[in-house]
Amino acid sequence: MSASTSPGAPWIGRPLRRAEDARFLDGSARYVGDLKRPGMLHGVVLRSDHAHARVRSIDARTALALPGVVAVYTFEDIRRLARPIPLRLGPCPGLERFLQLPLAEGKVRYVGEPLAFLVAEGRYVAEDALELVQVEYEALDPVVDVHAARADRSLLHEALGTNVGSHYTVEKGDVSAAFAGADYTRRETFRCHRQTAAPMETRGLLAEFDAAGRRLRLWGATKVPFYNRRWLAGALDLPEAGVELIEVDVGGSFGVRGELYPEDFLVPFAAMRLGRPVKWIEDRREHFVATNHSREIECELEIACTLDGEIIGLRGRLLADMGAYVRTNGGLVPAKAAQFLPGPYRIPNVGCEVFALLTNKTPVGTYRGPGFYESSFFRERLFDLATADLRLDPAEFRRRNLVTAGEMPYGIENLCPFDADAAYDSGDFVLAFERALAEFDYARVKTLNGTLQDGRLQGVGLGCFVESGGAGPAETARLKVAAGGRIELYTGCSTMGQGHETAMAQIGADSLGLPVEAFSVFHGSTTLVEQGYGTYNSRAMAMGGSAVKLAAENLIAQLLAHVARMHEIEPAALEYSRGAIVRREDHRTLATLAGIAAAAQAGDGQARAAIECSGTFNQTRRTYSYGTNIAHVAVDPETARVEVLRFLAVDDVGRAINPLLVHGQMLGAAVQGIGGTFLDELIYDEQGQLLTGSFADYLLPTATEFPNVEVISLEAVPSTLNPLGVRGAGEGGIIATGAALANAVAHALAPLGVKITELPLSPNKLAQKMREARAAAE
Amino acid sequence: MKPPAFDYAAPGSLDEALALLAAKRDGAKLLAGGQSFVPALNFRLARPELIIDLNRVPGLAGIRRDGDGGLLIGAMTRARAIERSEVVARSNPLLHSAIPWIAHVPIRNRGTIGGSLAHADPAAELPAIALACDAILVATGILGKRDIAARDFFLGVFTTALRAGEILTEIRFPAWPPNRRHGFAEFARRHGDFAIVGVAATIDVAADGAVGDARIVVFGAGDTPRRAREAEAALAGSHPDTGALQRAAALAANHVDPPSDHHASAEYRRELAGTLTRRVLEQALAPRARAA
Amino acid sequence: MSARHRIVLTVNGQRVERDVEARMTLADFLRESLDLTGTHLGCEHGACGACTVQLDGNSVRSCLIFAVQADGARVTTVEGLAVKGTLSVLQRSFQQHHALQCGFCTPGMLTTAQAMLAENPDPSAEEVRRAISGNLCRCTGYLPVVAAILDAAAQLRSEAA
Repeated sequence: MSASTSPGAPWIGRPLRRAEDARFLDGSARYVGDLKRPGMLHGVVLRSDHAHARVRSIDARTALALPGVVAVYTFEDIRRLARPIPLRLGPCPGLERFLQLPLAEGKVRYVGEPLAFLVAEGRYVAEDALELVQVEYEALDPVVDVHAARADRSLLHEALGTNVGSHYTVEKGDVSAAFAGADYTRRETFRCHRQTAAPMETRGLLAEFDAAGRRLRLWGATKVPFYNRRWLAGALDLPEAGVELIEVDVGGSFGVRGELYPEDFLVPFAAMRLGRPVKWIEDRREHFVATNHSREIECELEIACTLDGEIIGLRGRLLADMGAYVRTNGGLVPAKAAQFLPGPYRIPNVGCEVFALLTNKTPVGTYRGPGFYESSFFRERLFDLATADLRLDPAEFRRRNLVTAGEMPYGIENLCPFDADAAYDSGDFVLAFERALAEFDYARVKTLNGTLQDGRLQGVGLGCFVESGGAGPAETARLKVAAGGRIELYTGCSTMGQGHETAMAQIGADSLGLPVEAFSVFHGSTTLVEQGYGTYNSRAMAMGGSAVKLAAENLIAQLLAHVARMHEIEPAALEYSRGAIVRREDHRTLATLAGIAAAAQAGDGQARAAIECSGTFNQTRRTYSYGTNIAHVAVDPETARVEVLRFLAVDDVGRAINPLLVHGQMLGAAVQGIGGTFLDELIYDEQGQLLTGSFADYLLPTATEFPNVEVISLEAVPSTLNPLGVRGAGEGGIIATGAALANAVAHALAPLGVKITELPLSPNKLAQKMREARAAAE
Repeated sequence: MKPPAFDYAAPGSLDEALALLAAKRDGAKLLAGGQSFVPALNFRLARPELIIDLNRVPGLAGIRRDGDGGLLIGAMTRARAIERSEVVARSNPLLHSAIPWIAHVPIRNRGTIGGSLAHADPAAELPAIALACDAILVATGILGKRDIAARDFFLGVFTTALRAGEILTEIRFPAWPPNRRHGFAEFARRHGDFAIVGVAATIDVAADGAVGDARIVVFGAGDTPRRAREAEAALAGSHPDTGALQRAAALAANHVDPPSDHHASAEYRRELAGTLTRRVLEQALAPRARAA
Repeated sequence: MSARHRIVLTVNGQRVERDVEARMTLADFLRESLDLTGTHLGCEHGACGACTVQLDGNSVRSCLIFAVQADGARVTTVEGLAVKGTLSVLQRSFQQHHALQCGFCTPGMLTTAQAMLAENPDPSAEEVRRAISGNLCRCTGYLPVVAAILDAAAQLRSEAA
């Protein structure tokens, strides 16, 4: 590790190189696919190739006869245990009726839905056998978009009589009155496209069951292992203590990994049935149909404002495409999209009607900035359509309506059915906004809007956002003083590449006055701490990091009490300083961490009790990060190619535990969002077949595509909601990418009469818009 | 995504490869660089009984000049070898300039010219270059060799004039006249992707600036790469000005019959065919800039 | 079904002799038969670059080559990049520039970049971007990767000077 700061200075805030990097650089990292256990079998999933069909029969006899094939499980085999995969987050009313079973029962509702789980001695032979299973289908009419879903002509879940998973309305202020009295209103319909996170490592699991001890071990867990353990223990009829979920190295998540999926039941189920370890590694083709999708929302949005640009009201109707079932994230995506329609702006009257609709497509879940990316695009695009109508400057309009620091805390009230009475606790939205404008030289660059430079149309666009970050359930950390005074740090948080091993050590180091090198960080396994929760929604530092700080405070108190007892003096006469317990009056060292650890090692029961301590942090109120993105693009009017000449993301993370890692998160998120805005798109045909189900068709950004990206992470206003002051850093970089880029492209193409209301900004679609605009002009 | 089982042979001579191919007929597939074929296997879109690996057949890879100043390239020559060849850079600058548009370095390190031509993906670069250069594709069978002109080779999507039992062994590029100019452009979603549409052109320019022979090939806009003969005819003999290039571009666009798919509509491909044709012609005719 | 084939090759400087089924990809051979799990499978259709290894010095996709085809070849995987147990200049530069997060694409990035630097010791940023354009990364946004490769190139040049 290297650090530029002088010794003794705080570790928090230093851009430390990551301690964990070495194993990723020399090939010794261990992902779940790298693991082997004695006698291990390989599982593969038989998936539906119909979007909507009744399943007449599944005949696996030929497959089972193939040498090397061990078992094929269908719904009948799991019927006794099968219970629907639960809804963990986003409980919008009604959604709990649409949950998915681990294997289809009589009917399939999306291409990729698991029909059977097949286990064989090797992966190659397992795939051979998969081709031999005969499935007889009776095709039904597929429902492939939200409008068809609402019409309820073809029903996914016949017994429920509707495809409307949830329908609710939220309101703040008096929306009808605001619109009735408004000088200016404008309504548009916006669409955001279906995407998925596509982490580089697909999902995978390895399960091993010790029948004698009734103990199940499951490798490949991540994100929320504690929640998943509890559910799995119930589903598999095991005591919770008998289920161990183990996180190994994880190749990215961005929201989609670590949720309970059908395979999380099937793999351990097979291992228990067969008494042998079973490994399942999702392949990339499966990944595109099996792992959560996200982002597909249509939004009709209307703004009311005064002629000089004061926003009076905003009302919308969201139609969210949920796919065929409701998964663990419930209605979180549409609910957050609706809740954050007003974003960082002072809008007294806000209303939204939300429809969560079931379609014959892969179920959706959260993807980095869930609901925020979409709603930022809807809102910010509408703002620029309105400012064009009103001949107002887009920056001036935003400046005028941003919630100011003086208005904090600012209530966003009850715009979400499961997040009552929410409020922005603190923050200076205007500061981040002005910083972005200044860095970008916005006032000068925006004069290029709509001009032709070297044959390309120029456009500059803005997007502002606010994002709710991590809160409860509680997070726990445990610290243990080990030999030589080293500290073992156990966190319930997972890590999927963010660098928590380093950042958690930095928090521990400052809390205990020790160098980071003294720490060994362990994470992600259910046996390491009694109760943790997980990593999502940018919560690891706010929740897990705060737990480390509290654990350190508890440990110090415990050590002081222990030494006081030994020396028969009051704990108040002692103080803790850099690994030593000293007497206040003369600063004489009475004990050291190394000494107490040695005593514990030698059998001193009191010392053993003193060297280990947990800390639990809970906070039910969410943190908020916020910021502004600005994009400058050039559009070739002949080919519709868009080049991003410059992209800047500024956000306020409150406090950066490790600025290097925060910068990496921001930059990665920004490029992911830029790619998602231009390239990534899950396209289905009318039969519900996914057309972009490989990396040849689902296009991710590459090194050549978006090299001109800058990010600035401010530490302007610490969060008031946790002792570290952090606001969350994992998602801020992605949220307003679609908004800023769509506005930039819209400004570039405005002279042609093109109106942008849909993502992605693919060349095919932009060319079509330009073609239509030319035809209209003629 | 594991490939299905197959028998495998790595013949040590062309005769042996031909004999294996003759024996198996439809059940055998030739493996060259494998950069398109192995993905198809991994997706189980292909299931050959026997794979005949040409990578150990001596004499199939290599680049040399022929006596007439033309270029002879063995079918198993890797794209990367062509990219790095000084001989190719001097003797066929169009071919040389097109190679970096093919996928990415690790793919080019393995993919071969013969494999790409025999695969006949309509959006691939090398078939278009072969067509623009009037290349001769040499097919070898048990009974001997036959020459197939590039214009007769590409019959449809993934379909060529190669007969059962034949192996594409060599590609001959005719000599590059000193007065030949060239241009190449393609539009892909990302650098390295297959083209949505691409255009390759050569123009022979007389001393007085008049266009002699012009070849314009549009690819990605139909089942096979296609010569834009109407555009070529419009240019031949002219002293092209901006208007002439635009007319030629319009002709090229009007005479393609592009497919629609989720990356690009037929209309969009047609527009791209026109735009890229004009740009490629401008490139080719730019004052000496592209001469090297 | 299909016969097994005996292959002899050199992997990271070590002679290896094994019997393989014809259809076993080089990637699976490295991972399953040799336990060299640093070579990752991200797509198995040659589009992500995570499985890139060096075959006789050239970067190739090990998911698109059969192990049997590597008979007689010299293969270098990420496990073979460290020099005498110490991370190479390129590897250290990745750490220095925070050019990896989840690490899944990193082995492919390293094998690709090292092969590129061997033939082009003084690349431009654009050349570096093109060289790794076939290696997908979802975490970093690529900019730190490009910076790390450029910095490593500069260090290697000054070492050589």
